[in-house]
This record gives sequence, C-alpha cells and structure tokens, in this order.
Amino acid sequence: MGEHVIKMPDIGEGVAEAELVEWEIEIGSEVREDDVLASVMTDKATVEIPAPRDGKILWLGADIGDVVAVGAPIIRMEVEGDGNAKPGEVFEAPPNSKAASDPKPAPEEDTTPPVSQASHAEPDRVASPPPPAPRRAPGEKPLAAPSVRLRATEAGVDLRHVSGSGGAGRITHEDLDAYLEAGGVTAAPNAGRAADPSVTEIKVVGLRRKIAEQMARSKARIPHITYVDEVDMTALEELRERLNNERKDEQAKLTLLPFLMRAMARAIEEQPQMNARFDDDAGVIHQYGGMHMGVAAQTDTGLIVPVVRHVESLSLRECAAEVTRLAEAAKSGTASREELSGSTITITSLGKLGGIVTTPVINHPEVAIIGVNKFRTLPVWQEGEFVPRKMMNLSSSFDHRVIDGWDAAVFIQRIKGLLESPATIFIED
Amino acid sequence: MTDISCKFLVIGAGPGGYVAAIRAGQLGIDTVIVDAEALGGTCLNVGCIPSKALIHAADEFEKATHFSKKNALGIKNSKPKIDLKQTIAWKDGVVSQLTGGVGSLLKKAKARFVPGWASFVDGKTVRVENGDSVTKISAENICIATGSIPVELPHMPFGTRILSSTEALSLEEVPETLAVIGAGYIGLELGMAYAKLGAKVTIVEMQDRILPLYDKELTKPVVARMKALGIDLRLGAKVAGHADGVLEIATGDGKKDTVPAEKVLVTVGRKPVTEGWGLENLVLDMDGPFLKIDDRCRTAMTGIYAIGDVTGEPMLAHRAMAQGEMVAELIAGKTRRWDKQVIPAICFTDPEIISAGLSPDEAKATGHEIVSASFPLAANGRSLAIERTDGFVRIVARKDNHLVLGIQAVGKGCAELAASFGLAIEMGALLEDIGGTIHAHPTQGEALQEAALRGLGHALHI
Repeated sequence: MGEHVIKMPDIGEGVAEAELVEWEIEIGSEVREDDVLASVMTDKATVEIPAPRDGKILWLGADIGDVVAVGAPIIRMEVEGDGNAKPGEVFEAPPNSKAASDPKPAPEEDTTPPVSQASHAEPDRVASPPPPAPRRAPGEKPLAAPSVRLRATEAGVDLRHVSGSGGAGRITHEDLDAYLEAGGVTAAPNAGRAADPSVTEIKVVGLRRKIAEQMARSKARIPHITYVDEVDMTALEELRERLNNERKDEQAKLTLLPFLMRAMARAIEEQPQMNARFDDDAGVIHQYGGMHMGVAAQTDTGLIVPVVRHVESLSLRECAAEVTRLAEAAKSGTASREELSGSTITITSLGKLGGIVTTPVINHPEVAIIGVNKFRTLPVWQEGEFVPRKMMNLSSSFDHRVIDGWDAAVFIQRIKGLLESPATIFIED
Repeated sequence: MTDISCKFLVIGAGPGGYVAAIRAGQLGIDTVIVDAEALGGTCLNVGCIPSKALIHAADEFEKATHFSKKNALGIKNSKPKIDLKQTIAWKDGVVSQLTGGVGSLLKKAKARFVPGWASFVDGKTVRVENGDSVTKISAENICIATGSIPVELPHMPFGTRILSSTEALSLEEVPETLAVIGAGYIGLELGMAYAKLGAKVTIVEMQDRILPLYDKELTKPVVARMKALGIDLRLGAKVAGHADGVLEIATGDGKKDTVPAEKVLVTVGRKPVTEGWGLENLVLDMDGPFLKIDDRCRTAMTGIYAIGDVTGEPMLAHRAMAQGEMVAELIAGKTRRWDKQVIPAICFTDPEIISAGLSPDEAKATGHEIVSASFPLAANGRSLAIERTDGFVRIVARKDNHLVLGIQAVGKGCAELAASFGLAIEMGALLEDIGGTIHAHPTQGEALQEAALRGLGHALHI
C-alpha cells in the first residue's frame, strides 16, 4: 500500500492559483481511475480533476471556496503498490495560496502572491469569511443593552423583529440603525401574514465570486460615462428577415448581434481607441488591432462572457456561427479558458428583457461596453405624419478616464448611422 | 381645608415614591408627594440603611472581641464593651442625614412634600389628613407607592418583647437572649448582628433550611458562620408562644422545647400596604395581595400607577426606584416600558449572598443546556489577605452561545460585586466578554473573571 498525493494542476498559462468549487468525493470514498474528484475554477474556466488511479481518499486539503496555489497538495489517497508520496511526508500546509507559497506558513499575513506571468492576473485576496454571527432562535427573547432597548422603545420598534449581529444574537445599535433605515417599523400583527425572520446564508463562491470581484473592480476603478441613444431598426430588421428567409440549412440564423458586431467593427476602424484594454496600474492603454468582442451570456450559474475573436476578419455569417457556437459552449460549460478571456470590447444584451435603458458595467480592463435594449414599435414623426418604426435603444458605457464624452457620442452615432442604413455596413470604401 | 391641584401626585415617600417625584420634578412636571412618616420610607428609616449601619457596628464590635483573644494578626486588645444607646444614636444620625438629603433633592427638583395620611376620594382626588388639617389634592396622574409592612404572628402581636425589624433597629441594650422567628434574609441579617453584639441568638424556622430563596450551595457558608458565632439554629420548628423570657416551640416530630428569649424578633415576611388609603374607593385589579400592574406600572384605572412593594415581589428598594423613574418619564410623555433583565438581590448576612439572574436550577428549567462554573474565594489572593476565604463566585450561562444567565456569589465583602453582575447580564454579556475583561488585581472581582474562564474550560488560578 502506498500513498498518492494529488496536487493542484497547472490549468492554463500563467495561472498561479485556482479556486476549489466542488468536491465530488469525501474522505473514505473509494474511487476508480478517471473518476472525477473535484472541480476547480480559474478566471472563468472550470476544470475537473480526475483520479489518476484506483484508491481510497484519505485527506482533502481545501474547503469549497478556498483558493489553492498550483502545485499545492489537495488530495491524498491510499493506493495499491507504491504511491508518489515519500513515507512520512506530511502535508499540513493551509490550503490557501499565501501559505502554500510561503515557506513559513502565516495565513493571517497579507503577503505578496506568487509572481504571475499573466498581465491580467489580479492579486486575489484570500480571507476566510468571518464565522457567521449566531442568531437567536425563533421565539427567544431579544437580547440588547439597555441603551439599545430604550432607543427601540422610543422609536416604536419591537426588538423581536430585529435581528442581532452580536454574540448570542445580541442586538447592537448598528443592527437597530439598519432596521430603521430599512424602513422597519413594527406593523400590527395581521391575520394570515407573519413576519419571516429567517436569514439564509449563501456563501459566495465559484463563478459568483468571480463575477462579484470583477464587477467590484470595474465599478471601483472605472469612472463610467453612460450614453444612450435610440436607433431606428426598421431597415435592418427588413434585411435580417430577408436574409433569414433565404438562408441555407447549414447557415446559422441571423440575430441582431452579427449585424451589431459588424457595425461596431466599422466604427472601431475609425475610432480604434474603443478597442482597447487599459492597464491602469501601469498607466498603459493596449490598443488592439484584433477586435475580440465579448458577448455577455447568462448561464444557470451566472454571467459569463465568451469571446468572438478577430471580428474584423469575419463575415456576417461567420460572426453569427461563432456567436451561436460560443453561446452553446458557455451554457453547457464546455467553453475553454481561451474562449472566455481576452476580449477587447464587450456587447451586453438581455433580448426581450432588455428594457429601455441600462447602465452597463465595463468589463475591466476594457474601455467600452455596448448595451442593447429591447425592440419596440413606436410612432415616429416623419414627413408630416406618425409612422410605425421599429425602435431600439443602445445604452453604452465608456471609461471616462480615457474616452471623452464627445468621442463616445461620435462612436455611438456612427454605429447608429450604420444600423439605420444597413447597406453601409457592408459597403467597402 | 386647602385645595391643591397638580399634574402628578405620589403617595408614599419611600425609595420608589421619592425617586418618582424627583424625576418628575426634573422633567418639569408639577409634582406633589405625600407621606405620613419621614421621607425615605422603610428603606431609609427602618430598613436597608439602619440595618446596614447596625450590621457595620456589630462587625466592628465582633472584630474588637476577636482581637481581645489570641489572633493570627497579633493584635492585642482588651475585651470591648458597647453602649448600644450611642450606637443607635449614631445610626439615627446616618438615617437623618439621608432623609434630610431626600428632602433637599425633592426641593431642588421643585416637588412639593405634603406631610400627612393620604386616602383616595376618587380616582383623581386624594384627601390628606395631618392632625387637624385636611388637604384635598386633585391630580391628573397618581402613583401609589405605599410599600409594605412586617407580618405579625396572630398569637404574638408586636410589643416591647415581641419585636418587628423596626423595633430591633432601636433597642437600647443588647438583649441577653434573642430568638428570631423566620430564617429569611431580614431575620438572619439582624440575628447575626445581635450574635456579634453578644446576644445568645436562636433562630427558629418552620422549613428545613434557611433562606429558601437561595440554593444550598450559596447558604452553606452562611450556616457555617452562624455556627461559628454560636447561633442556635432550630429548623422545622413551629412557635407555640412566648412567656416569661421563654419561647415555646414544637419541633417537626411534635416534641415541645423551650428557647431562652428575652426578646423575640419576628421576621416571617412582609405584606403590601393595601389598607387605610381608600383602595375601596377605587376599582383596581389585584394580583393576589398586591396591586396588579402592567409593563408600564399602570393599574386598571387610567392615570393611576403603582410601584414598589405594593406591586409584588421582589420587594426591593432598587426595583421600586427603577419603577418610579419609569413612571415619571411616562407621565412626561416619554415612551417607556419595563424591560429590565435583572434585579440583583443581596442578603447582608455574614458572608453576604449576592444573586443576579438565574440560578443553575432556574436556568435549567428554561429548557436550555447550561454551563455552571464557580471559583472559590480560597483561591483568591485578596480574600486570603482579608482572612475570609469562605465562599465563591458562580456563573451560569447557556451552553450553546455562552450567554450569561445568572451570577451568584457568597463571600464577605462580595456585595459590591453586585454592580458588575447586574451590568454583565443587563448588557447581554457572554462568558467570553467577562473572561476577556481585565479585572483589577488583587480584588475579589477576579473571582468573577475566573469563574467565567472556568465556564469556558480554562480558569487560570485553579
């Protein structure tokens, strides 16, 4: 009998650490070669870790949500014959990248993470969440200091309705503040409707954590300017309908997206500064020749952004085919890491749920995002009469540090012009 | 006959009533307070304060007696004598200083004191008789704070030989022999004091234990000290009668016995004062012998409040004071509600017993799993240094979240710890909060911190 140690594999170029998102086994499980043991996630790709041979799980080195350095041991299993572990080797390194990369484990210290080759890798903060505040059980007397009770009495608040964050569920002044701010005034108990004092704790892990971090980074770092204008889509819709009617079976159905992508490609030719990534730490804008357009897509677990590469080299039909392929890969979870990263500008669309205006969040470190709102048939005043026109708004955000409002307006007006006279999208100068 | 009308009338100037009047005056309410006796009520005149003064004198005398014998400290002294008349005069001085203080506090708050006996004419009107003069007071709000009086035994009315606590605080000589009927806290406090002053004291109790409100762990050190002071404790015994300096008692098995008793102190309880002030002219709900109140001290009649001993247990001055303060603020239009977590109780025996919140048994009865941990004063440096290592501090907490439910202690000088016991519970402290608070060294308070740490499984000094 020997021991086989499985370490966090190197998942992709430049990836220094990965988040453990799922254990498929537990200590004591018997596994066969190629059984899936765990899922780990880096940036936006999720990778499964298979069992290298038959055996029994002895030890798991991380909890769900932990970020583990590449090369750190995560599983120990008992195997027939010799294992890969030296006898007596002990793995007690805490399962976070800081400690794993530090010869003297000091999990509390905020040390520099391992040097990463990837320019976009952000130093991930790995802090274990604070223990959940114990709450009082339903029906238990509320616990609060006399000064809190007095304030509650004077404010007409029944403390039984206020949840407490302190030890043993003690209600603090801050808890009372939060309750009052939320408009919490004790309602008279009415028949049939009861207050639900429950609070469900949902650990933010995996894709949701990535989304949260990315959104926070975007909003914290980028001063957004959002610009909205309406586009008359009547002509383009006629063209799209006709092309779809004439399409061959092997051709993908045309949605708005490929038209928009091609229009954007034309507009970017004139304003290449929109197709860029701003490395704000270094103070350098990387303006790209290749137009890699991220297309935000909703999946069951959350938002991901597959990337259509080199739109400048693709035809309308090729764009459509690529969007369809990537959307399916994203939804089924088979999109590769490369297909989910490296965009230089992003399109976001909620289709029928698009609303009339949105304030899109820029996909950091890009500098522009184009948001598509819903189609509506509206009466438009033309040549002395109201005529029904298919109207759509574009809500777009720009990094105001590097894109001036004027340039943003010019960019959107150019796209608007192209979409309103769709032939111009395809006419070569 | 003069007429007074006011916004707030308080009947009874004990600790509940005078606090209500002072607070109301502070809040600018036109307030009148009535009492037939001196300001301060039972507490200041014939209760808490004079008894503590007498207990202090007895302690000092006992010390002097102790030092007249061979003692560990090497102090040499001749056998002391006491002039109890002078002691009582000193005690009266303490009392009048405090009651005078209450008078000036009321004056400062612009509350009017009307001496005399008050009785209700109706729900808004009270007649006050003082000798020949009668004052009619009509008030928008009235607070009943009439307090309580000692219970008499039917076959042994109070007199020169049969004493209530009031008379026992004003004796001119230490009796040769004293029998105390009832081993509650008042009987034990005074009985132990007279034993220290040199009386041969016998305590007769119907139940089979002393201080039935406290658990046996807490009362054990007191029983031990009573024995050391030579007190004869007769448990499970009934009193038949008293004649010619002899108290006849019947023990549990029906045997008759006699106890030498120049004086007999009857401390079998206190009852609310619900007679003589016109309760019959009102329509108030009762709660047993007490006036029924809600969580704002409101009675069944609008504008009539009641506070203190007349509203029930625990009959403690500090409860009445807190109620009085609340009533005054309610009348001033503030929103208030009785939401106190704990009313600490202290028994000034030797050693003192302090109880705040739930005992281990009471805590268990709430259905929670509990942790109970105590720290003996024998392991406390300060206690060793004052030659009193009998006793302990005990803390009771919930097992699941360590919320402190109760703190008790028994020990000489431990009464002052009541402040931190009450504060901890009122603030909702956990064992970790008390264990994590630095307690000054060397003090008995360290025993509280150690008890909390012991509850957490890591006491340091045991």
